[in-house]
Parts: sequence; C-alpha cells; structure tokens
Amino acid sequence: MQFAANKYPARLAGVRLVAALETYGGSSLMVRFDDVWLRYRHADRAPEAEALRRISFEIEDGGFRWLTGPSGAGKTSLLKLIYLAEHPARGRIEILGSRAARINRREAALLRRRIGVVYQDFRLLPQLDAYDNVALPMRLARRSEAQVEADVTEILRWVGLFHRMRARPDELSGGEQQRIAIARAVVARPKLLVADEPTGNLDDEQAERLMLLITALNKLGTTVIVATHNAGLVERYPFPRLSLEHGRLVHDG
Amino acid sequence: MLGLRAALSDRLLPVLVGAMSFLAALAIGGALACATLAASWQGDTAAALTIQVPQPTEPDAANDGTRLAAVQRALAINPNVRGAAVMGEAEMNRLISPWLGSDAAGLGLTLPAVVTAQWAGAGGTAALAAQLQAVSPGTLVKTGLFWAERVAALTTSLQACALAVLMVVALVAAAVVAVATRSGLAQLRETIETVHGLGALDSDIAGRFAARAIWLALGGALGGTLLALPVLAWLAWLATPFTGPARFSDFFNLPPALLALVPLLPASAALIGWVTAQLTVRGWLRHLP
Ligand SMILES: Nc1ncnc2c1ncn2[C@@H]1O[C@H](COP(=O)(O)OP(=O)(O)O)[C@@H](O)[C@H]1O
Ligand SMILES: [Mg+2]
Repeated sequence: MQFAANKYPARLAGVRLVAALETYGGSSLMVRFDDVWLRYRHADRAPEAEALRRISFEIEDGGFRWLTGPSGAGKTSLLKLIYLAEHPARGRIEILGSRAARINRREAALLRRRIGVVYQDFRLLPQLDAYDNVALPMRLARRSEAQVEADVTEILRWVGLFHRMRARPDELSGGEQQRIAIARAVVARPKLLVADEPTGNLDDEQAERLMLLITALNKLGTTVIVATHNAGLVERYPFPRLSLEHGRLVHDG
Repeated sequence: MLGLRAALSDRLLPVLVGAMSFLAALAIGGALACATLAASWQGDTAAALTIQVPQPTEPDAANDGTRLAAVQRALAINPNVRGAAVMGEAEMNRLISPWLGSDAAGLGLTLPAVVTAQWAGAGGTAALAAQLQAVSPGTLVKTGLFWAERVAALTTSLQACALAVLMVVALVAAAVVAVATRSGLAQLRETIETVHGLGALDSDIAGRFAARAIWLALGGALGGTLLALPVLAWLAWLATPFTGPARFSDFFNLPPALLALVPLLPASAALIGWVTAQLTVRGWLRHLP
C-alpha cells in the first residue's frame, strides 16, 4: 500500500491545536447556510428553476459531511458556494466565520487559501510538475522555499508520490493525479476541505485509500465535506449526510 | 511560480512596440530639428532689419551716385536705424548656398545688395520704406518680426504634429500590449481560473503579466530606438547646410537634447507595457467571482 494512513505527518498534528484555539465570530461553525438560493446567470432555463433552493444547514468545526444526491441535483453548485466560486441569489452564507457577501476580493482570496478544494476534474496545472503543483498554495501564501520544500516533500511522501514529484500531470495515472490534487488541497493545512466526487475516477481500492487519507485529516481537525454518489462508500463511512434532490435539501443528519 | 511563465510569449509584441518606438524617435527627432532650425533662423531676427536693393550699382533717383550709396546715406541719418552694414560676398554665399549651391556668383546672376541693420524704432518701418523707395525705387525693407512670427508659428505647428504622432504611437503601443495580454489570458484561462481558485490575489496574477509586458516592451523599444538612431543621424547630417558647416565628423554628432530624450522612449514603452497589462488583467479578472 503506497500511502499509509497511520503515518500522519507530524506537522499536521499542529492543525488540531490551532483549530482549537481559533474561534470564529463567537461560534465554532465552519460553514453556515441560511435560506440560500442559487440561480445561474445567463442560464437558458426558466427563471423558477433555480439550481439550489432554500438551503439551510451548518457544519461544526471538525465535522465531516457527505453530500449526496443524483447527478444534476446541485452538489457541485453547493460546493462552489462554499469555496466562493459562485454568489447566491438569495440567503446568507458564512464560511470560516466570514459572511461571504460582506468581503472584498482580497479578503475572498485570503479566505480561499484556507479552504482546500479537490475538484472533480483535478485542475492540476499541466505545465507544472507534481512538486510545483502541490507547492502552489504555499507559494501563493509566500512561504519560504525551505518551508515549501519541507511541507511539499512530506505531503508527497504521505500520498505515496514522493518518487513521482518531477512528473507532469500528463505523465501520471488518474489515481496519481487524484492524489496530487489531494496533496495540493491539504498542503497549506486548510481549515476546511471540500472534495467534489473525489472517488469518481478511482477503482474501489483507490477510493478506499483516498477515504483513509481524508478521514485521517478529519481526525486531525480539518472540517470536511465530500460530494459523492458512491452509496457503498457512504455506507462504509457512516458520517452525517446532506442529501440534495432537484436543488433542495431533502435530508440533513 | 504561478505557472504563468508562458504568459505573453508572443513575439509580435516586441516587434510592434519596436516599430512604434522607431516612429516615436523620428517624431522626437523631427520636433527637435524644427526647434533647432527655428532658433538658428530666428536669432535676433525680430529686431533685424533687412534692406534689399535691386540693381545696387545703377544710378539713384536723383542721379547722384549709385542706388546703394543713396540707401546707405538715408539709413545713416535715420536715428532709428543702427549698425547698417552691407552684407559681404562671403556671407551672401553662405546664405544662398543651400538654395543655389556654393558657387552662386559663378551663375552670373545679378544679385541685389543686402544691407542689414537693427531697427530701434518704436513703430513700424513704413516711413523708412517710403523714404528709401524715393531715393531708390524698388528697394524692399523687411523686419525680422514677420519672419520670426512665421517661423515660430511653423515650429509650433510642426511640434504639435510631432506630439500628436507621439500620442498616437503611445496609444497603438498600449493597444498592442492589451491585445497580446488578452490573448495570453485566453490561452491560460484554465490555469488562471485554477490559481484564482487557490487564492491568488488579482495583484499576484496581474503582476505576472505586467512583469513580462515590461520586458517585452522594453526589449522591443530598445531595438526600435537603436534602429532609429542611424536614421536620425542621417537626417541631422542632411540638415547641416541649414544649421552649420557640413563635416563628416558631424555625422554622429546628434543634438544633446535628442540624446537626452531618446533613452526616455524605452522607459516610456516599459511603463506603457506595465500599466496596460495591469489594467487589462485586472479588468479580465473581474469576470471571476
Ligand atoms: N455554470 C452553470 N450554468 C448554468 N447551469 C448550471 C451550471 N452549472 C450547473 N448548472 C445546472 O445546475 C444544476 C445542478 O448542477 P450541479 O451542481 O453540477 O449538480 P451535481 O453536481 O449534483 O451533478 C444542473 O441542472 C446543471 O445543469
Ligand atoms: Mg457535480
């Protein structure tokens, strides 16, 4: 097995302490949606057919949520609202204690740095090798190169791809790209990890490894939300579930 | 570091900016040449009095000596005229050689005599002209004021043209940078969206493009300006019959003002590149959430 969930990086242990010390606007909610609606602009649809309607839920610090629902139910749309890639048509969203509607572009960028995102299609930069892809969030945060090297090599070891660090994305298999995407999402120790169907391109064994990785991060204090329509996985990891259908939240718990 | 190293790899940008710099250098050279010519022509022309006496050796109106002598006598007793002097052959040759060649006397033309003087009178020279007309019909009196005004007006309008050329050239350069930046943005769209999603500030991304635009614009402008220098030197050499003796050593002797202004071209191009790239990228990023 290439990456062993029992060998957590020592540095990541610090995350839990920091998370415990930080408080967010007096509450310890990492995500809070209150009557949120989303309508895509320029969408060629009837105006009443919003992508998301009347969504309210909360995720506490250190929590884990599955986000389930059939294809087209609005899972990706909801995650986009969380990682500030869309603005709601109505309603109130609080991420890491900040009201999404009240922050300027700069604050939004700084907030994004504290949210790790694993996109369904990875979105690795094709012109950079695995190492530089994983290093991106740290370099954006202007960490020293010594720090970058220490953390990136540690994360690459953790996901079992240290030996592939000089490979570019097109030289990596789908599963390897997936792990690089995970490494990039967590290398800067985000408070919140958002993963959109991360097991979509993986076989069962790879999916299982990925879940070990994600649950390990969650145990270390990272709040996690994972969209999936893999029912077997949800059964094996019985975390609370948010369930969407036709843009409405039909189950929370 | 952001994976935007390939931003603006366009080779067209430096070439076009170079062409714009070449034109700008010529425009600056033209404006300066204008000013230099104007200055060397004007001198103290405003107060200068030039009297042309046609057929200077013919008898005057009173048949009392030559026409030139009569004019000289009249000038000598006029209190408003100072320092009247008949222009010597050498100076006449120098004045007309740009037009007729260095050996004007050899052409066998009967040239009018020219008397130069300073006009110290308050009003116009009409009375003087009438007086000279009486003793030597056909004599022309000209003050430099007229020419000084004409030359000043000409200089001003030529310099305005040069300024207009500079502005158009700067706008075209900015447009070239904007188009190149937009094509770079389109090419790197996915990369930029990803980097933006990872929390890159607008200033991070715009700074990448602007840094590259500076170097491309600077390189192009340096090339264009360097190419313009020999052309300017050649033009300066062509202009030497007007401004002074033509010697080969003058060839690379560009006016100091030009040598001072020309280095500003690459600097301006770099600034235009930086500002345009910044504005273009920041405007484009507004479409991202
Ligand atoms: N960018 C977009 N513009 C317009 N409509 C969109 C866009 N993205 C998603 N949608 C629509 O919103 C609905 C929810 O899509 P999505 O959130 O991707 O669902 P899921 O991730 O659950 O499959 C779908 O009907 C989809 O067609
Ligand atoms: Mg989706």
